[in-house]
Amino acid sequence: MSEHTASETHEGHHRNYVKIWAILLVLLVISVLGPFLEIQVVTLVTAFGIAGVKAWMVAKNFMHLDVERPIVLYILGTCLAFMVLFYSGTAPDVMEHDGLNWENQAAKASVEAGLAEWEVLQGGGGDPHAEPADAGHH
Amino acid sequence: MQKPVATTRDVMGLPTGRLAVWWVIASEIVIFGGLLASYLMHRLGHPDWASQSIVTNTWIGAFNTFVLLTSSLSAVLAHAAAEDGDGKKAAKLLLLTVLGGAVFIGVKSVEWTLEISHGYTITSHPFWSFYYTAAGLHALHVIAGCVIMLFVAADAAKGRELQRVEYIGIYWHFVDIIWIFLFPLLYIAK
Repeated sequence: MSEHTASETHEGHHRNYVKIWAILLVLLVISVLGPFLEIQVVTLVTAFGIAGVKAWMVAKNFMHLDVERPIVLYILGTCLAFMVLFYSGTAPDVMEHDGLNWENQAAKASVEAGLAEWEVLQGGGGDPHAEPADAGHH
Repeated sequence: MQKPVATTRDVMGLPTGRLAVWWVIASEIVIFGGLLASYLMHRLGHPDWASQSIVTNTWIGAFNTFVLLTSSLSAVLAHAAAEDGDGKKAAKLLLLTVLGGAVFIGVKSVEWTLEISHGYTITSHPFWSFYYTAAGLHALHVIAGCVIMLFVAADAAKGRELQRVEYIGIYWHFVDIIWIFLFPLLYIAK
């Protein structure tokens, strides 16, 4: 049992990898076309929802995670859980710019200035692909 | 000749070499996960970053996603060939995977050259700081994967160490998964 591989041990035959790849490409096309509908919910689902599905398909079918030993799932799951914990612990302070006894004035000013610049660009027919206003000033 | 520990020891019910690759990936989850989570929380707190993210070219990002997904296909087909004991076929498919990695890096180089020449540098805005850090770290992983794959392919062509074809494949698929999340974060969320 020394040199077996995950798919070899549990399946004894190969999956239809080309079919899985084709499905992944169809999902890619949907994720690119989704934002063209200009509906925020649709964009979120087609972009991030489909990214999750694609990632799971690659992990399951190409990495053979579905037939891997449980210890591997425990290792990966623990790291994912730590990541979520770190995110949950810091996100409220970064995503919110004020709380009960504090206010992040620098962040608020940054957002206001950025939005004002964005409105000028859009309202004045500015080209967002042109040189940025603050380029070279850092 | 005695076989190396990585292919013979079987403490956890899987070869030590494969377990080591999973440990590498577990640590990468925290590295990339932390980076992407940090980007996400800043992006949600700063709607004004849309003025910067609008610049990234979705079509270039989509093309590179296609390239990486296709290279993942050749990597898993190389794994299947190695399982069948066909080292030469596995080596050829691994070289095809390396070609995919090279195309990805080539496209990225052109894309970055265009962006930097327009003034969008790593210091011009926090969005670009995250953009170049995340995509750059990912690109380094692509380059590292390509270099390792060349060594594995050289051995596989001679029918040696075929189990390594699977190990480098697992790593490559993980690099693909990271890009699957980077693509909507940096190219679609405008």
